[in-house]
Amino acid sequence: MSNRIYAGTRKGLFTIDRSAAGNGWDITNVDFLGVPVTMFLRDERDGSLYASLNHGHFGNKLHRSSDDGKNWEECAVPVYPEGAEIGRHPFSDENDPLNQPKPASLSEIWALETGGPSHPDLLWAGTIPGGLFRSSDRGTSWELVESLWDRPERLHWFGGGKDLPGIHSICVDPRDNNRVAVAISCGGIWITEDGGETWNCRADGMRAEYLPPDTANDPNLQDPHCLVQSPTNPDCYWVQHHNGIFRSTDNSASWQELQNVLPSTFGFAVAVHPHDADTAWFVPAVNDENRVPVDGAVVVTRTRDGGASFDVLREGLPQQHAYDIVFRHGLDIDETGDRLAVGSSTGSLWVTENGGDAWSTVSTHLPQVYCVRFGK
Amino acid sequence: MAHVCFTPHLEKHVDCPAQDIDGATVRESLDAVFAKNARLRGYILDDRGRLRQHVVIFVDGKPIVDRERLSDSVTATSEIYVMQALSGG
Repeated sequence: MSNRIYAGTRKGLFTIDRSAAGNGWDITNVDFLGVPVTMFLRDERDGSLYASLNHGHFGNKLHRSSDDGKNWEECAVPVYPEGAEIGRHPFSDENDPLNQPKPASLSEIWALETGGPSHPDLLWAGTIPGGLFRSSDRGTSWELVESLWDRPERLHWFGGGKDLPGIHSICVDPRDNNRVAVAISCGGIWITEDGGETWNCRADGMRAEYLPPDTANDPNLQDPHCLVQSPTNPDCYWVQHHNGIFRSTDNSASWQELQNVLPSTFGFAVAVHPHDADTAWFVPAVNDENRVPVDGAVVVTRTRDGGASFDVLREGLPQQHAYDIVFRHGLDIDETGDRLAVGSSTGSLWVTENGGDAWSTVSTHLPQVYCVRFGK
Repeated sequence: MAHVCFTPHLEKHVDCPAQDIDGATVRESLDAVFAKNARLRGYILDDRGRLRQHVVIFVDGKPIVDRERLSDSVTATSEIYVMQALSGG
């Protein structure tokens, strides 16, 4: 059971520990105060911590701690190689003066994951503007995964909520760490079976209402807001998509949409139970045009039967005039599946210790929460 | 030698004392600084070697013109200020 939560926020990295008295959660430390922390990773393999900072003026930095956050050292950030370009129109002549690409440059580290136990020093980083990077030395250096970057389909990707496309979810298959799935807003879901040598788009069954009807089912143009994989049944994936909730039970070969989920199927975040692939949680909002909680009430939805039915969980969450949105990295679950943490756009942080049946408030006045991750 | 100094906001994150440097352009001057302090480079220039969007450099009281190549001239008596731009918040 995890007794620590990290919250990366608009104004720093907050450490939240379960109180010694055992009756609540306390903010016990703040690192990088005043600096946006866009992503956080605790590497379970060696206990290292990684915090991605996006200084407003001075660019993206990655910091690493080997002593539980007592000391941080700056390591390398992913750098796009010379010649990497963005902005080329996929349907325009390459000599068209209106279609001249620009050099690719790191805008944000949007995902950080370990390479799994089979590759002890390997880290993956998903970035905006759409490059996947790998580090073989725990963040000391990075290289662009050119096999994905060079796919011609990438030219069709576009930004969703950001100016440029980005990789925000990375799932390393526990059965075979060379099998990695990444989700892109907006570029569908791409999977490698060979550690990144080759890639295939695997989003058949998803649909995009923001596209003309004849392209709405194009797998490469989907906007999966967040992708998670069941640790105990890795053939099962869940996606909170821009246009609904999707699930795959056949190793991403096909996706099924779950409809008629109240109060809404729009949202950003999803968590799957660590021991039960049929149990998953979502944090809904009205819709893409009105990104606020339905009726001003924050709720978490939970299914325990693979999406056949959903519970709407409200106890302990604000039910009047609440305008919190939980973005794609604002929901996490611990290794027991009992504890979940939710961080919101307006600085609220809630924790449940019984799978969502009841929630307690850690704070309602943090900075905007970008990511929530359970620690040790 | 030109004199270069950095916004105190930057000092919070990386060591960057004011110093006297040689160089005929802003690029040459900053390269001389980065030769002694490589980590500072990533805070002022982006990964394409351009001045970061929300950093501004003044030479003798005027903001530089060439934010990509940093070719603005510097003299032996120039005062170079590396500041954060308010466009960055």
